[in-house]
Amino acid sequence: MDYAINEMEQETLNATRELAQKKLKPLRAEMDAKEQFSKEMYEEFRKSGMFGLWLPEKYGGLGGGITCLAMAFEELSRVCAGLALTPGTTALGAIPMFLAATAEQRERWCYDLASGKKLWAFALTEPEAGSDATALKTTALKDGDYYVVNGTKHFISTGKEADFYTVAVNTNPSRGARGISLLVIEKGTPGFSFGKKEEKMGIRTNPTYELIFENVRVPKENLLGSEGRGLLYVQETLDYSRPGVAAQAVGIAQGALDETIPYLRTRKQFGQPIITFQALGHKVAELAAKTEAGRALVYSITHRMDEEFLPAVKAALENGTTVHDELKKIKGGRWTKYSAMAKLFCANTAMEVADECVTLCGGIAYMRDFPLEKYMRDAKITQIYEGTVHIQKNEIISALTKEYAAKGE
Amino acid sequence: MKDWKNVWIFAEVSRGKLSPTAYELLNAGRGLADALGEKLCAVLLGKDVKKFAADLFEHGADLVYVCDAPQLENYLDDVYAKTLSAMIKAYKPNKFLLPATNMGRSLSAKTAIFAGTGLTADATEVVINKEDGQLHATRPTFGGNLMATITCAHTRPEMCSLRPMAYAKAPRTEGRKGEVVEFAFNDKEFTSLAKFLKFIKSEGEGLDLSEAEVIVAGGRGLGKPEGFALLEKLAKRLGGTVAASRAPVDSGWIEYRRQIGLTGRTVKPKLYIACGISGQIQHMAGCSGADVIVAINKDPEAPIMKLAHYAVQGDLYDIVPAMLEALN
Amino acid sequence: MHILACVKQTPKSDNVKIDPATGCLIRSGAESAMNPFDEYALEEAVTLKEQLGGTVSVITMGPPAAENVLRDSIARGADKVYQLGDMAFAGSDTWSTSYALSKGVEKINSLEKVDLIICGKQTNDSDTGHIGPQISAWLGIPNAAFVRRVVQAGDKSIVVERLTEDGTEVLELPYPCVISVVKEISNPRVRSVKGRMAAKRAEVTKWTADDIGADKTKLGVKNCPTRVVKSFAPKRDANAVVVEGANGKEKAAKLVELLKENKYI
Repeated sequence: MDYAINEMEQETLNATRELAQKKLKPLRAEMDAKEQFSKEMYEEFRKSGMFGLWLPEKYGGLGGGITCLAMAFEELSRVCAGLALTPGTTALGAIPMFLAATAEQRERWCYDLASGKKLWAFALTEPEAGSDATALKTTALKDGDYYVVNGTKHFISTGKEADFYTVAVNTNPSRGARGISLLVIEKGTPGFSFGKKEEKMGIRTNPTYELIFENVRVPKENLLGSEGRGLLYVQETLDYSRPGVAAQAVGIAQGALDETIPYLRTRKQFGQPIITFQALGHKVAELAAKTEAGRALVYSITHRMDEEFLPAVKAALENGTTVHDELKKIKGGRWTKYSAMAKLFCANTAMEVADECVTLCGGIAYMRDFPLEKYMRDAKITQIYEGTVHIQKNEIISALTKEYAAKGE
Repeated sequence: MKDWKNVWIFAEVSRGKLSPTAYELLNAGRGLADALGEKLCAVLLGKDVKKFAADLFEHGADLVYVCDAPQLENYLDDVYAKTLSAMIKAYKPNKFLLPATNMGRSLSAKTAIFAGTGLTADATEVVINKEDGQLHATRPTFGGNLMATITCAHTRPEMCSLRPMAYAKAPRTEGRKGEVVEFAFNDKEFTSLAKFLKFIKSEGEGLDLSEAEVIVAGGRGLGKPEGFALLEKLAKRLGGTVAASRAPVDSGWIEYRRQIGLTGRTVKPKLYIACGISGQIQHMAGCSGADVIVAINKDPEAPIMKLAHYAVQGDLYDIVPAMLEALN
Repeated sequence: MHILACVKQTPKSDNVKIDPATGCLIRSGAESAMNPFDEYALEEAVTLKEQLGGTVSVITMGPPAAENVLRDSIARGADKVYQLGDMAFAGSDTWSTSYALSKGVEKINSLEKVDLIICGKQTNDSDTGHIGPQISAWLGIPNAAFVRRVVQAGDKSIVVERLTEDGTEVLELPYPCVISVVKEISNPRVRSVKGRMAAKRAEVTKWTADDIGADKTKLGVKNCPTRVVKSFAPKRDANAVVVEGANGKEKAAKLVELLKENKYI
């Protein structure tokens, strides 16, 4: 079922569905096998406006919100979760910038972001700092008008291809987690290089790289917000981006069903289409119901988010303030619990659906000529990135505990 | 209208070579000229093209109009169309056939406007209607799904471009002679603002499709670009070349130049082996002139399995290697 | 740079059906869309605009419903759209159609000077490829057909590659000029969300024969030089010999034997 509540969202669905069928589908198997970033698809995303969906019209964007972004990510992932990451990870890298950027910084970065001329990526994870982001060791020490950055980030999606990296660094190591800040570091800055390219289980077309910073001098104008507030922006970013991952997971689940149901309808064994065997049919029904439940959850949340996000963006543009500040004025509350619930439920659903679909279709689905094994490999990442399913549970229980404690229950 | 006499054909010359379409047009034109009791004339435009007249006479031309000028060395639409329309004005032909080659399509279109007359594109059959002596040109439309017969009642010449290979080449009669009429190139009027910069020969390997006697073509059923390597092996073994239906070209597996069909090339090889090609009418329009068509397809219900002369049901990745084995 | 793309609304090529009895096209229920070859022309126009700046206008001639292809053009990146619609145009052949379009081009040119006109190679319904060269003939400007690549679009002229049977010719054409393009020229984009929304709201300029100052004695089924006197479904042979065999190997061997026997190889 479509959850679009306005023309913009409906057209986002229409456009991304056409894009996925016409452009992603013919490329997906080849790019997955080659484990290569697709420049061709990048150009298609750019030409059809996929990078600016959630950005204001002022910068050349569509003016949609988190819902449009999530819908696009779902529909693209429904066909190829790997290729979908080109706009997906650009949004992830750019959301913290967009939330914390001053009006001047927005002017500097948002036009090329919305047009897709420049790709963004988000660099948080380090070898010693995965689920525990507070343990990050990359430092950025002030030297006049510059920060001097040293350290290593790893598992960075769209690494090497992206032009701008929103990097979590510690500008004041003595303060520990309170010293964490976000810096925008441009590819090509001296001392910034790329290390190992990872060989992955799924989402293989999207390059995952290690980023190496050796005395990289980053102008202080590239600091987002104020020093020491990096973790806050990261958390806020994840609140908005996790429903995106959830949407991706819904897309993967739906895509797996799209491949499975026609096969079960036409595949005959024991003289009848195998979908008419109740054990199989009932399984499909369950999987479809879970997928729909996940979708309903995602868009219920994003629609509520947009009720705050869109007015905050509008106010930030009018007042020349940051989106982050305007969001605080409107509500100040956090979406962490619901974002985590969406990601937890949808990621687990995607994995279950993909896994079951492979079993339902049998031998053919294990073969690479058939797209299902790819869905199963791709689904797995949704349980892992932007916080594993266990971290999502931590977020949920932590929020619940606080809520009930506040009520004195 | 009585002033307009004779059947003309445009003998295309490019890069110093007479196009084989000239012989096909002479064959088609001969039928028209005989039906009308008029002369069959060929038109030669270009640089150093007069020498082709003898060959055209031997293939049935009674008269050859030649406009030989260095300005005509390379094809520019305006220069050619202005020259041709001036010749039409001067000599008043009744019917005028041009080849539906890339040059002929463009040239005939522009010339028709300059000459103020009607044009039928890409006909596959031309006949003279006995009652009124009009040209009836039949051509496929709607992607070959419909045939239409078109006339041009009130203006002359009745122009028509004729699909290459739609007609066989005219037979050659050694020593047959005719009359050459030279038409002077008008430097002031036959001009173009366009400039010809250079020609780049096709880098594609293998034989030219129009000359190949054996063509092994691949379609969507190949499933992957590498499939062409296998077809290439078979083609080489049979002394032919590879081609494709539209799907592989659209997928970027092979260059557009190799596309057979209504939106690609028309071919007339001795043997056409269609591998994994379903046989849509648009494709068949390009290869149905082959002496023999072999279809290799997984799907016994594919249209090509009925249109071909030999139908082999099976996986091309089994059949083609087995054919190679059987050939060796 | 003002680029004008010429487009046509045609039946979607994959669902054309012919009544075998009458030999006529079954139009009812046939979906219409932009002629696929025109998509390449429009995409190239939009790409050139993105590189060089300027305006992309689109012109079509057709019945009221043809407005849809103009809205579709907006969705694909065009800025301004013009529709020539008049009963006087009905049944025009390529001679008359190109005349009407050339008058439309002149009118657009009087509003904003046109530099480059781009047409598709041909349409998927009548397959002539005449319109591009013929518009240029009426307007007295240079043209090139079967253009596969724009090498360079400068301030005063454009350098293009034209496909021939044996290779590629490189030509330079000064503006204004007409090029007809083959599909190699571009890779049509998927209509963006913004484009789709703009398409619904776009203003379509509609002109009659009088609006463009066209001579009506040159228009329509009665006045155009050519006429369709008969149409029929093509005959198809159905006499395939099915090559039998227990497996692929046997069938292949049998096929080779048959081809040799009949001297095809």
